[in-house]
Amino acid sequence: MTLDDLTKSSGEWLRGTGPESDIVMCSRIRLARNLADFPFTNRASRSEKTEIEANFRAAIAHAHLELSYLDVNGLGTLDRQFLVERQIVSRELANSDGPRGVAISSQENVAIMVNEEDHLRVQYMLSGFRLPEVWESINHLDDQLEEQLAYAFSSELGYLTACPTNVGTGIRVGVMLHLPGLVQTKQIDKVFRALQKINLAVRGLYGEGSQASGDFYQISNQQTLGKSEPELIKILTDVVPQVLQYERNARQTLLTERRQHLHDQVSRAYGVLKTAQTISSEETMLLLSSVRMGINLGLIDDLSIATVNELFIQTQPAFLQKLRGSELGVEERNVERASYLRRRLSNGRQPPPH
Amino acid sequence: MQCQKCAKPATFHITDIIEKGKHREYHFCDEHARQHLAPPEEALEAPSMSEIAKKLVSQPASLREPSPADKQVCPVCQITFLEFRNSGRLGCPYDYEVFREELMPLLENIHGETRHSGKVPRRAPRNTQQQTTLIQLRNELKRAVAAEDYEAAARLRDQIKTIEKEQGR
Repeated sequence: MTLDDLTKSSGEWLRGTGPESDIVMCSRIRLARNLADFPFTNRASRSEKTEIEANFRAAIAHAHLELSYLDVNGLGTLDRQFLVERQIVSRELANSDGPRGVAISSQENVAIMVNEEDHLRVQYMLSGFRLPEVWESINHLDDQLEEQLAYAFSSELGYLTACPTNVGTGIRVGVMLHLPGLVQTKQIDKVFRALQKINLAVRGLYGEGSQASGDFYQISNQQTLGKSEPELIKILTDVVPQVLQYERNARQTLLTERRQHLHDQVSRAYGVLKTAQTISSEETMLLLSSVRMGINLGLIDDLSIATVNELFIQTQPAFLQKLRGSELGVEERNVERASYLRRRLSNGRQPPPH
Repeated sequence: MQCQKCAKPATFHITDIIEKGKHREYHFCDEHARQHLAPPEEALEAPSMSEIAKKLVSQPASLREPSPADKQVCPVCQITFLEFRNSGRLGCPYDYEVFREELMPLLENIHGETRHSGKVPRRAPRNTQQQTTLIQLRNELKRAVAAEDYEAAARLRDQIKTIEKEQGR
């Protein structure tokens, strides 16, 4: 698989299928793992990082895992940014230097980063609210890797990680939620504070330190030591349904109390996206969020959720430039974005025009 | 006296001065007192985890600087505790033993617990000593090459190769 192949497809997690997918975009788990015989990435020399990478690549070959390895060190800025937009690599991996990479599966459910903060960051994503299923898959994948690699592990402290905030299970269990109802009814801060009180982290679409955009929020655990993986997953599977209920109530409130206003807002958003000649990324995210809620509330009926989900990712700067095959300035990108949106939305139910 | 917010006994008695001449009294258990005294959470964005670790680890240390622990060096990866405090990241798995005394309260702070419960690798993990031998040998090799001591370097390289072969990797 090459990077250019990726522009022609989109990840399974964007498909908008699975339980609660009107609000839960995807369920995601990542495991932090380190090889016992090497210093952590930040203390590893270039040659050690090369060896870590080689050991990992040998492991996926021996375990017969069907993953494609992308050598991130050999990629240009635009291609690295493209991978960040797709949620395949972190900003940290994209922006660091030295030997590093990512192994991905054809549907992009699996992404294993090599030489990030930890030697391995194993990620598994599925669309909809399916954390137990994600855990089963990633646990199996981790078992397969562990047969080939000796992980740094202590019986007392569990999996040893570069940052003490990840030690123990090394697990981060998260869901990405679309919460426009709570944002519009101004209840979102209240919900966040409640989540933070029970020690859950709330982040934007692109993870740590990123601004929330498109009304997408990721909720995940912070504790990794002292509770087992199923216990940590249960915290999320207990709490998320409550957040979903709040969001549904907020949407109902908007529908009953401000139906005409809401219908107008959604229709205008759709209209602008279908006809604009130049449009910024921020405005696109804002309008797509309205359209997405409009589809879920039955106010728009000629567009699929999968298309809207894809557009959140495929209107990002690097994707547009990859599609165009050249680097573009801000103004040129805004024109390209508007043109791409018009093409994709002129016939809502059709697959992307490739 | 009972805490105003739960059934636990009130161990903190707080008087807030609202304005001149006006005050309010609170009676809280440990936990609710802490919540009451904590500044209101403003930021929606969660700070990055390494930021949290950095903060947690540098707070107590900043009160008693310079700390003897700061100069402590890991014999395996050569990182000092001060370097960890500044970056929030450890240098190698062995650091969890070297800096144990400093790290345990930190782990308690971050996770509320200090013992792993959860998945254990199916293959029996080798002991820490074995786990770190290779890291140490590679470091010695680096130093030998830098010092142009090629005899030592050759010997170390053979040792590393032997161990790697034994492990089948």
